Amino acid sequence: MGCEPVNTTVTVYVPGDASACSLGANATARALETEAAKRGRSVRVVRNGSRGLFWLEPLVEVVTAAGRVAYGPVTAADVPKLVEAGLFEGGEHSLRLGDIATHPYLASQQRLTGARLGLVDPASLDDYVANGGYAGLTAALAMQPAEIVKVVSDSGLRGRGGAAFPTGIKWQTVHDQPVTQKYIACNADEGDSGTFSDRMLMEGDPFSLIEGMTIAGLAVGATQGYIYLRIEYPHAARALAKAIQVARDAGYLGDNVRGSGKRFELAVRLGAGAYICGEETSMLESLEGRRGEVRVRPPLPAIKGLFGQPTVVNNVVTLASVPVVLARGAQFYKDFGVGRSRGTIPLQLAGNVKHGGLVERAFGLTVKELVYDYGGGSASGRPVRAVQIGGPLGAYLPAAEFDTPLEYEALAAKSALLGHGGVVVFDDRVDMARMARYALEFCAIESCGKCTPCRIGSTRGVELMDRIIAARAGANGHHGTHEADMALLDELCDTMFNGSLCGLGGLTPFPVRSAYKHFREDFQRAG
Amino acid sequence: MNDEAEKIRRSVASALSKFAGEPGPLLEILHAIQNDLGFVPADAVPQIADALNLSRAEVHGVISFYHHFREHAPGRFVVQLCRAEACQSMNSKALEEFVRGRLRLNFGETTPDGRITLEPVYCLGNCACAPSIMVNGELHGRVTPEKFGALAKEWGVSP
Repeated sequence: MGCEPVNTTVTVYVPGDASACSLGANATARALETEAAKRGRSVRVVRNGSRGLFWLEPLVEVVTAAGRVAYGPVTAADVPKLVEAGLFEGGEHSLRLGDIATHPYLASQQRLTGARLGLVDPASLDDYVANGGYAGLTAALAMQPAEIVKVVSDSGLRGRGGAAFPTGIKWQTVHDQPVTQKYIACNADEGDSGTFSDRMLMEGDPFSLIEGMTIAGLAVGATQGYIYLRIEYPHAARALAKAIQVARDAGYLGDNVRGSGKRFELAVRLGAGAYICGEETSMLESLEGRRGEVRVRPPLPAIKGLFGQPTVVNNVVTLASVPVVLARGAQFYKDFGVGRSRGTIPLQLAGNVKHGGLVERAFGLTVKELVYDYGGGSASGRPVRAVQIGGPLGAYLPAAEFDTPLEYEALAAKSALLGHGGVVVFDDRVDMARMARYALEFCAIESCGKCTPCRIGSTRGVELMDRIIAARAGANGHHGTHEADMALLDELCDTMFNGSLCGLGGLTPFPVRSAYKHFREDFQRAG
Repeated sequence: MNDEAEKIRRSVASALSKFAGEPGPLLEILHAIQNDLGFVPADAVPQIADALNLSRAEVHGVISFYHHFREHAPGRFVVQLCRAEACQSMNSKALEEFVRGRLRLNFGETTPDGRITLEPVYCLGNCACAPSIMVNGELHGRVTPEKFGALAKEWGVSP
């Protein structure tokens, strides 16, 4: 064999992640193939997930003798010059980033759930196993179901979808039901603005979710799992379909999981553009083929869930965190975090921020550290005025509160919530009265209509905000009624908070109230 | 029976034969029909209701509940523009104004030539690359008026 590099196949990673594709990754991949063909180079392009440094996407990585060398952001137009500069050998160029794993944004993270994101080929079971995948299932198969539940309980893992309910307690309840047919239902209806960790995991490391669901099935005695995936995620749908087929063909799913004699099957069901279906009982209705109207609890889904059977309903990140808990043990996982927020949380930094992306850290990072140390401040270069944490039902925090640690109890003490871990940054041009109006408008658009406080309250709230905004501009004849309107808004928030059946109507007061509590000036009449 | 009615009947029959045996199959069936025809025609409702032993009102109720299901044929290009907070923080309101003007459409409308449908969407999960749009399932991030104008040209929208 000669040592000419020309004779060896070069492996190049170009993310197939939806965000990377939205910035032209498909064209970049095609350009790399074209350029390689022109030069007679043999190149294997792997569509990996994203590392989660979105200002560097499309992030191209080339495998060299000295390890992976990254370049970014690489558009299709950059490719000819990059190849000319020796990209296939890891050559020098202004876009060269070196080993991306040593980038401070990544090196400072504690990636447990997202350990394989961007590293592996999402469709390759070999890659998954070679990088620690299925070690959790192997451990679980050697345990009694009750032992698996105990490990998950002891780890302190709480639901990452938003409600933060202890996962072990939920599993224990389902485990204890003396019923033959039980289900695992994964909530992949990630509808909160500012969140994308579920999407990244499903696209970049789908086997971790499949493994987590399989372990959940073994733990509670469920033989069938459903992934309820939002229709807005076509890339994730394709990645899951592929990975489920691969897992089934390799005996990781089916009638005899890894020769254990245990059965577990998995199917993806698509939602149809309804935010409310991220609420667990509404999701179950939708999975059963009905309108996504919220169910009255009790009974809890763990006792009477999908098709009336005991059902574990967990979010994608929760289930995808289970393999590492089983593989490394409860204590390992529990050693991360603060107070009653144990383990790591994949935070999603979004909106008007310079370095948006995925930041998985032990609970306890402050808003300031996230927005400035990781995010580098606003994308516009203007002062950051507010962040909204936890999606459209989460509170707005002003800059004065940015020392708040991102963990469940500290945020609750500030009348805020962590939700699914999304943090959206706004600069000083944001109009907080308009954001409060939007929160109510969104609630009106997405309300399932079952309970009155949410269905009617949201619409009355929009009308109220229209009056307040008009009065603020001094443009109408409502002199003297502004204070009354503000009092009425507060009363309406009380009614929605206390009287709604679920979190949609119940939590919409969080963004509204935090907006007028912290940004009162945006609600006042000028002059 | 005319051609159009026959096409609908066949599409519904195919969706039913594929999914009617599954538990809770209605959404699966509606997805299959919409993927095939582009929408769920009113004429499909009685056939679905019969097969699943539901009332027509129940089937209609499900179709009308979900934003995704359409009761009329969309344009060749379905442009979904994100209106959620992360996109707002990157001035999607201005993009929205531009898009409506450029396409001469309000949300929910289709151009007279049947080329473009404009729809609102609430989060595409591309929040670190806002503002975002999705066109026939293809996601575009950091969309500026210039970038949108170039895309519109590709779809054959006259300036």
